[in-house]
Amino acid sequence: MATVTVPEVERENYLNKHYGIGSWLLTTDHKRIALLYLISITFFFFIGGFFALLIRLELLTPAGDLVLADTYNKLFTMHGQVMVFFFLIPSIPAVLGNFLVPMMIGAKDLAFPRINLLSWYLYIIAGGMMMYCMLTGGVDTGWTFYTPFSTVFSNTKVIEAGLAIFVSGFSSILTGLNFVVTIHRMRAPGMTWSRLPLFIWAHYATSIIQILGTPVIAITLVLVVAERALHLGVFDPKLGGDPLLFQHLFWFYSHPAVYIMILPSMGVVTEIIACFSRKRIFGYMFVALSSIAIAVFGFLVWAHHMFVAGISVYAALIFSLLSYAVAVPSAVKVFNWTATLYKGSIHYDAPMLYAFGFLGLFTMGGLTGLFLAALGIDVHVTDTYFVIAHFHYIMVGGALMGYLGGLHFWWPKISGKLYPEGWARLAALIVFVGFNLTFFPQFILGYVGMPRRYYQYPPEFQVLNVLSTAGATVLGIGYLLPMIYFLWSMRYGKPAPDNPWKAAGLEWQTQSPPTTFNFEKEPVVTWEAYNYDEIDAGHKQEVHVAG
Amino acid sequence: MQATNRRSTLPDSTAAVHEHEGLQNPALLHHFATEEQQRDSSNFGMWIFLATEVMFFGGLFCAYLIYRRMYFGDFGAASKSINAALGATNTAVLICSSLTVVLAIWAAQTARRGLMIGMLILTMLFGLTFLGIKGIEYKDKFDEHHVPGPSFSFEHVPIPGDPDQYANPQHAQIFFALYFIMTGLHALHMVIGLGIFTWLLIKAWRGLFTPHYNTPLEIGGLYWHFVDIVWIYLFPLLYLINRHP
Repeated sequence: MATVTVPEVERENYLNKHYGIGSWLLTTDHKRIALLYLISITFFFFIGGFFALLIRLELLTPAGDLVLADTYNKLFTMHGQVMVFFFLIPSIPAVLGNFLVPMMIGAKDLAFPRINLLSWYLYIIAGGMMMYCMLTGGVDTGWTFYTPFSTVFSNTKVIEAGLAIFVSGFSSILTGLNFVVTIHRMRAPGMTWSRLPLFIWAHYATSIIQILGTPVIAITLVLVVAERALHLGVFDPKLGGDPLLFQHLFWFYSHPAVYIMILPSMGVVTEIIACFSRKRIFGYMFVALSSIAIAVFGFLVWAHHMFVAGISVYAALIFSLLSYAVAVPSAVKVFNWTATLYKGSIHYDAPMLYAFGFLGLFTMGGLTGLFLAALGIDVHVTDTYFVIAHFHYIMVGGALMGYLGGLHFWWPKISGKLYPEGWARLAALIVFVGFNLTFFPQFILGYVGMPRRYYQYPPEFQVLNVLSTAGATVLGIGYLLPMIYFLWSMRYGKPAPDNPWKAAGLEWQTQSPPTTFNFEKEPVVTWEAYNYDEIDAGHKQEVHVAG
Repeated sequence: MQATNRRSTLPDSTAAVHEHEGLQNPALLHHFATEEQQRDSSNFGMWIFLATEVMFFGGLFCAYLIYRRMYFGDFGAASKSINAALGATNTAVLICSSLTVVLAIWAAQTARRGLMIGMLILTMLFGLTFLGIKGIEYKDKFDEHHVPGPSFSFEHVPIPGDPDQYANPQHAQIFFALYFIMTGLHALHMVIGLGIFTWLLIKAWRGLFTPHYNTPLEIGGLYWHFVDIVWIYLFPLLYLINRHP
């Protein structure tokens, strides 16, 4: 045939089925919406990162010489708000979850595709409001909006920031609602609850928090905005209001919000560890139910943020004990992952390097969390860099490592291209080294007494701060690298096979990139998740077809 | 070209069925296998949304309960200044509207199109009545300077059961702040409900609801009932906490 020299025609898939800006902005395909989210959250990640860079530059020297004190207050506030509400909370659920939840359970789409698109538009509207807030002067309350500072004293754009986060909350709620309904109602025949990939269990637990936690911060922000605009007195002690009530309501969401960030990451890491150690996950049901347990316990620990705020000793005791309880399901996960690695044939591909990074950093973040749950130590290190280091180990070392690992793991499926493995391993290493160099010194800084949220510090803290800033620079390079080679691979990368990792999971049983409806025919599942022993023994995983 | 090739080798069964043969309900969306799955998903989705709503109002109820306990007498005095008769009327109006919603769904299920449309219109009339009465109440509060803000005034109002003591105006202001935010958000939900019911009415008018397919009515009804239930809690908490002699 004359056409034999022409390179193979690209198969039809969700990326090339329709062209044009309209086919993206009006799409209801969960995979395209995932990519829309990927682009938008990457944008906000770099904005938040830019603020972090300025913070670290200011802290390079003990004197406040780069920015004014007021500017510094705005920098750390907006770094926190952008990173928490516009990057970390949507990161894994809205990008990887959106892409993978329907595929992993053998569905054509999420249960409510139009609501899924709506949630992206809400995110974009909220993002626009946040940009407006930042460009017209920003906000300086700390990401926590503590009253009465935010409602009475601050002269910055508190109302604008509050409303932006209010709107972004609804985007998060709708994503969670969509996932829960999809996981309940859209599973393919044979995809029982005990055969679900643990990524799905993790997203189910996350969605519960999104559905039940987010509305509480929404109403709290309504009260803050109303209080600031009209001086109602609800949170103003001068008018008889109770600022502690604000903190209770705020942390009722904002503590579980940490689990919105970390649980999906745990789901990603579970998939990666099973695949790259070629083993079944040790104790499947324990890992699955520990996700639910973390979501449930997560709602009962919020007041450990308020140990020095004047809550009663008895309340503090109980919240301290409950905070310890969260360590149990978290430890179940870590031990089960290590037990899965035991005697596995471990491959050190880039996603696995991120998973290892997650294991170490999350464990350190979790253990220092126990320090903070202990009343005595918490009083000593409250509002110091020890707290900063602790939650960055969880949010950046945990959630972000999982996100990057997942992005590498599923990149062949998402883009249909292979990323350059050597560069990816190097980037993973740089991220790990840079991260520890940035945040480990902060544990020490906090322990010896450097408070958070100041732009000056005594000269004896300088060495550790210089180390931290140097680490942040390395970390920044580590984050730029994947963005560069992912973009590069979209054009120049080798075409990915359907299942480059020989992984279990329905998403790998269809073509890369998938077609718009994911599967040619509805799959019928007759095997457990993570049947790597069977896959490696050569049993071909037959995708049966319904009907 | 490759697209058409693929189409011909792999016909998408569901799409083909509802586009060409018309065997299934045209309202069945492509990504659902059966109508039952679609109906279950819609219903379940609405229930979860209502769970979100419970938590949304829950934050306010929590704030209310804490301040009621802190400023017990002041809240009693402030509550007494609200017109309970109007509140009771509104409660009755909303309960009637819930009945008409149920009747509209029943009419759809039993193919009584006229009754369904009548009941939908009646529901909306009840909703408008509620908002009208609410407006009168707000007007009264405005005239009495009970709206929180610079012109708020609640001087020399005795605390019920303790006539020698006057209510603290600042604490009463917190009651009214919560009163306006809670009833205001509830009224906003009523307005959204009226929007949903206008949309349902148009669909019903066009004959889209049959005994076979009436999911939008069902989930619209769920939402309406939920908004009623919120009122059922708001009414005693805001109007009735201090009515004994």
